[in-house]
This record gives sequence, C-alpha cells and structure tokens, in this order.
Amino acid sequence: MKKSFFRKRKLSGLLLTALLTMAVLSGCGSDGTGESSEDNSSKEPVYGGSVVVGIQQDIDSLDPHKATAAGTREILFNIFEGLVKPDKNGDLMKAIASDYTVSEDGLIYTFTLREGVKFHNGNTVTAEDVKYSLERASGLLDGTPLISSLSVLTGVEIIDEKTVQVTVGSANTELIYSFVAAIIPAGSGEEESGTPIGTGPFSFVSYTPQVGIVVKKNADYWQEGLPYLDEVNFKIVNSPDTALLELQGGTIDIYPYLTDSQAGELKDSFQILSAPSVNVQALFLNNADPVLSDVRIRQAICYALDKDLVNQFLAGGNATLISSAMLPTLQTYYVDLNETYGSGANVEKAKELMAAAGCPDGFDLEITVPSNYEYHMQTAEVVVEQLKEAGINAVINPVDWNTWLQDCYTDRKYQSTICAITSDMTPGYLMNRFQTESKKNFINFASAAYDETYQKAAAAMDPEEKAGYYKQLQQILNDEAGSAFIQVPPITIAVNPKLAGYVFYPVYVQDMSTVYFIE
Amino acid sequence: MRKSGRGKWNKYLVAGLFMTGLAVFLGILGFFWTPYSTTAMSAAERFAGPSLLHPFGTDNFGRDILSRVMKGLGTTIVIGSLVVLFSAAAGILLGAVTGYFGGIVDEVVMRITDAVNGFPSILLGLVLISIFGNGRQNVILALGIVFVPSYVRIVRSEFIRLRDADYISRARLMGVGRARILFVHILPNIFSVFWVSVMIGFNNAILAESGMSYLGIGVQPPDASLGKMLSDAQGYLQSAPWYALAPGLTIVWVVLGFSLFSEGVRRRG
Repeated sequence: MKKSFFRKRKLSGLLLTALLTMAVLSGCGSDGTGESSEDNSSKEPVYGGSVVVGIQQDIDSLDPHKATAAGTREILFNIFEGLVKPDKNGDLMKAIASDYTVSEDGLIYTFTLREGVKFHNGNTVTAEDVKYSLERASGLLDGTPLISSLSVLTGVEIIDEKTVQVTVGSANTELIYSFVAAIIPAGSGEEESGTPIGTGPFSFVSYTPQVGIVVKKNADYWQEGLPYLDEVNFKIVNSPDTALLELQGGTIDIYPYLTDSQAGELKDSFQILSAPSVNVQALFLNNADPVLSDVRIRQAICYALDKDLVNQFLAGGNATLISSAMLPTLQTYYVDLNETYGSGANVEKAKELMAAAGCPDGFDLEITVPSNYEYHMQTAEVVVEQLKEAGINAVINPVDWNTWLQDCYTDRKYQSTICAITSDMTPGYLMNRFQTESKKNFINFASAAYDETYQKAAAAMDPEEKAGYYKQLQQILNDEAGSAFIQVPPITIAVNPKLAGYVFYPVYVQDMSTVYFIE
Repeated sequence: MRKSGRGKWNKYLVAGLFMTGLAVFLGILGFFWTPYSTTAMSAAERFAGPSLLHPFGTDNFGRDILSRVMKGLGTTIVIGSLVVLFSAAAGILLGAVTGYFGGIVDEVVMRITDAVNGFPSILLGLVLISIFGNGRQNVILALGIVFVPSYVRIVRSEFIRLRDADYISRARLMGVGRARILFVHILPNIFSVFWVSVMIGFNNAILAESGMSYLGIGVQPPDASLGKMLSDAQGYLQSAPWYALAPGLTIVWVVLGFSLFSEGVRRRG
C-alpha cells in the first residue's frame, strides 16, 4: 500500500515538472536583445495622472539626514531639496538658495534664500529653517554629524531674513556639493522620520514597510510648471523576476534596474532607455595579500582581463570600459587610461610579468563575490575563464551580502573580489578611499605618492590645478594596478510608452518631477 | 533486482533501463569527455540555437549546452547516489536498532525523525547548508540527513514485523548474536520493500539537488549543474528557450526514466 502511495505522488510531481518545462515553450517569439526608444519628448505634456515606479529595496529612513542607502536617497530626492541640488548634467543648480558666494580663501559661504519657497506644510522657508537644518546635519546641534562631509562646518549664522553665512574649518572646493543636504522646518528633528516635510516637487502621503511609499504633487512648488504628475507610488519589488512579471502585467510603469536580457524581452512593449550608471565595477585586489602585494602580479591580472568581452557578455556592449576609479561622466577630472592594459586580453604580457615575479606557472586566486548580485557573479564566471588563459587558477567563492561586508569590507580578509563602488558628483568621493589610512580603503592600497597628491587635490582652489591632481591620482592607481578596474555598467530603464520626460542624472536619483503623460 | 528467475521483462523495465542507461552513460562520459569545453566562452556563438554543431544550442556566454548538461548530469547523478547511499545506510542502522529493540531508544529516535520530517525538505536542506557552509560534500551531507527519516520508518516497520517471526525466535533460542540476527537474518528479507524506497529516494535526491543548485547552493559556477543552468536560463525564456529546455528536460528524463525502471522492477519482482 505504501508503495503505490509513493508512486502516485511521484508521478504527479513529475507531471508538474514536465508541465513547468513545457510552459517555457509557450513564450517563444521575440529574439535577441537591442534598444528601441521612440522619442516621445516632442509630444505635448499632459498634466495629471499617477505612476507606479518599481524600486528594489525598502527605505532605511525617511529622515533625509539619516537615510544612507542609495536606494532611499533616490526617492527622497523627490521630497527634499537642499540649498543647491544636482542637475542632469552633474552640475549644481540653485534650489532653496537663489544665489551663493564663496570667499576667496574658501572658508565662508554666503547663501541668499529664494523668495517664496514653501514647505509642504505651507510655511515659507526662513533663514531659521536653514540654520537649523545645516546645524543638525553637520553635528553643530548635538555633536554627532549626520552627514559626515558637512562635519567641517564650524558655524552657521543668520545675517538677515534672507541671508545665511556658513563658516568652515578647512577649504575644499568640493564642499559646495554637500549643500544638497535637505532643508527641513526648524525644530522638526525626529518628526521627519514619521511625516517627512520638505520643499521638493512631491509631498509625502504614506509609507508602508515592505510595500512602498506614496507621494503627491506639491502644488506650491517653486519651479513653474513642475511637477506634471498628481501622484507617484514607489512600489517595492524584491526580485528582478517579479519586476518583469509586473511590468508585463502593467502594474508598474517605470522600472529602473533592468538586466540586459530583460530589456530584450520588454523592448516591444516598453520604452527602453539606457545611460551609464554611477558604479565602478572592478576585480578588486587585496594589495596586502602575500601574492598580490607584488605589483607585477597585479599588473599581470590587469593584462589578462578581456574587458571588451565582459562588456559584450554582461552589458550587451553598452558599458564604458575604465582602467582607474574615476567615472568618465565626470569629464573635467577623468583621464582615459584604457591604453595601459588594453581593452582586450594580452596573455603574453601577463605571462611575462608573472615569470618576472617568480611564478611563471601561474598561481591560485580566490575571487569572493556577493552572490546576491547576479551581475557580479556572472562577471566572475567570465573573469575566471579569462584568467585561466594566462595560467591563473581562479575560483569563485560566493558569499551573502552581510558576509561580504564583514569579510571583505570591514575585516579585509579576502584575496580578491568582484563588486562595484558607487560615486557621487564629486571626484573626491571615489578617490579619497584609496588613501593608505582611509577607512574605506578595503583594497589596502598603499602609496605615499597617492596620499600626498590627494591632499594637494583636496586643498587646490584652482579648478584646473585640481583636475590635474585628480588625473595624477588616476594615473598612480593605474600604474600601481591597485585593482583591475573593468567597467561602468549601463543602467537600463523600462518606461511605459505613454510617458515621457524621464531624465537621467549622473547621480543616483529618480526624478519624477519631469515625467509626464503624453495622452 | 536479478534475484531469481521470477517475472520477466516488461515495457516499464525496458523503457526505464533505456532512459536511465542513456542518462548514466552520458553523465559518466561527461567526466572524461565532452564535445566542447564546459567553460570555454565565445562571444561569436552567444545564444546559438540548436544545430548540428551544438545540438542543444549555446548559452549566454556562448558555451555549448550539451557539454554542460553532460557535466551537470554526471555531477547530479553522483551526488544523488551518494545521498542515497548515506541516507539508506543511516536509515538501515537506525531503523534496525529501533525496530528490533524498541524501548526508549526507539522512542527518542522516532521523535527526532518526526521533528526532521516536520520541516519541508528543501528548507531543512538550506538550514543545514547555512550551518555546514557551502560546497559539494556539504550538500551531500545535508540532503543525506534530510532523507534519513523516510528510510528509518520503512526499515523500522519491517523489522517490527519480522522480529517476532518464528525463525527469528528460533535463531534467538539457538544463541545467535544480535548483530547477526539483525543484519544476516532479517535484513535480506526486507530487501524487496527497501529497494523500492531506495529508487524513490534516488529520484527525490536528484530533484532536491537540482532545487538546491537552482537556489544557488551546492555546485558553484563555473562548474555546470542542471539546477543552476535552469536558474541562469530563467532570464532568457523568451529569447533563448532552448537554454532552459535542455537542463529542464534532462531532469525530467532522468527522473521519469528512473521511475519507470523502479516500476518495472516492482512488477517483475
């Protein structure tokens, strides 16, 4: 009796498996991957309507000074504004401040407030609010800086109703970018994390953990004509596969994190837009590792990589190849160093260097990869194959995200890892982490020349001089083969064909104020 | 299965033997020879559809899917067999002791197996992997532990049935040692029942292993495994359906073949 029971269950299980496999067949049709984006921007915008945007993870805090996750800040961008805010070219535009001046020694910033900017609660933004916000973010209020780059502030003074003066301890021309810090009503403090009140194009409606956040149009927004939409619903969609189903089912209008293959599947029913991301992907090498401490070994790895192929396999050829840690979109500071190691593989050169370093027969290399990132896992597969050509015996060690943070980032107990570091709008953000003593220097890069040049770059007041130092920094990182930098992967977005006006920023934000319906 | 002259060939046995034989042959061949390298990538041959050169097509890295299926099949069969070996051996030992002696040991062991049974098997497997750490041998160990209870139950009930049989009582009276009674007098007589559960267990082990690698546990890239191939292929269901079909149908083939085989053996015996 028992036997036949088991047999029946088994057979029905089998049928299910077979059916599932057959379901695969039904979806054939479109082929290949590619880009298609009809230009909707010429069509007349229609006001109103509501849009659902798929986001990847839950919010870490609604308090704009406390939110640290990039995935949170990209949404809060719609609710909050600073004295200045980033524009689509990566420059700063004046927001709550209508004008500002910086003293010649770079130690005093004077902001003039814009007339008639209102908080979502209807109150006009005053100098008091600005003073409170900056003091809270910089730690002048209670000693703990909430935004670390603002911790150099030494005082905020109200000159008159419309003017605020900020003094800083040490000059750095990049500091102005930190004034994107949100301005909130004076004294609101902890209330912000429950009912956030800002000055942005959209005001907060509701937030449900694990579900999403809803915002509505700010009718009093200071920029004439913006925003177009009445309501935006940011909906949390945990897995990329669910996102694909939701897009196909029409329950999401905009999804900003498509994979190359998903883009291929959606190209007939959605506008697919693509632009460079702000991530620097690399095979990061632990410079303190006994094998990798030899610069020739690190250079050999750089030569052995075929970045062109990685780009083709992972990004359909849409990525930008890099050989140092600067984003090519930061044009003023970027210097193209792809010549050094070439974009293809140079196996002979790699073997030559390995022989010179005393291991002509190759060596073992463990690549630790955060396995929740399919993109990095697949890159690792390609990289392992390429290193094999040069005689380097690489193995993948997949770990979960928290293990990665602990072992690779905090404890630095790893040999090499494939992941990406995110940039903001300032060149310093990516470069300062490679100083020998930096807390963020998880590759243990150690170069006295680098440290010295970075100090000069940070202190330089002349833009050209500054750019020159940053280019030197990239050169040092490249010469020393601090890590094997690979690419800036593209960001690919699906947008409902009825919408237009989506704008890419060189920073990680989802600006919904410019999005509108065309019918 | 070749116990005596009883029974004869039947269609289940023939079909099952053919399907299983082909799968085992290809799987073992995969360890020594594959048409192409299982890891060699080629940008030019990305997503090539099934053809004479690549009967199952190529994947997102331009790797030959047939070669990878062969390699994955071999790995899966070896892991499945070792899981069955481990859990069946442990099942016989525990089932024999608990069934024959009963008492407090029986009570304790059976409650533990009840507890193990209480968890969905894949979930329990995942928990064990998170304790042992990732890796092929740990997958075998984890799945082995997950499948022990089903064998314990069957072996135990058979031992309870036989422990009071006349021939066993006589053996006891004659002063035969306990171990000899357990494994020489009783064990061979539960073989036919046990064999069926081993067959079913093998199929379950194969499906569980595929499920684990589908979830990214067990065999790690760039090594090929059927479950991992299925999960990789998921993103290309529409653009390259053959990528998912090849490993999917292979799993169906192996499991169906083995089910037919065990059914054939049952009808014959």
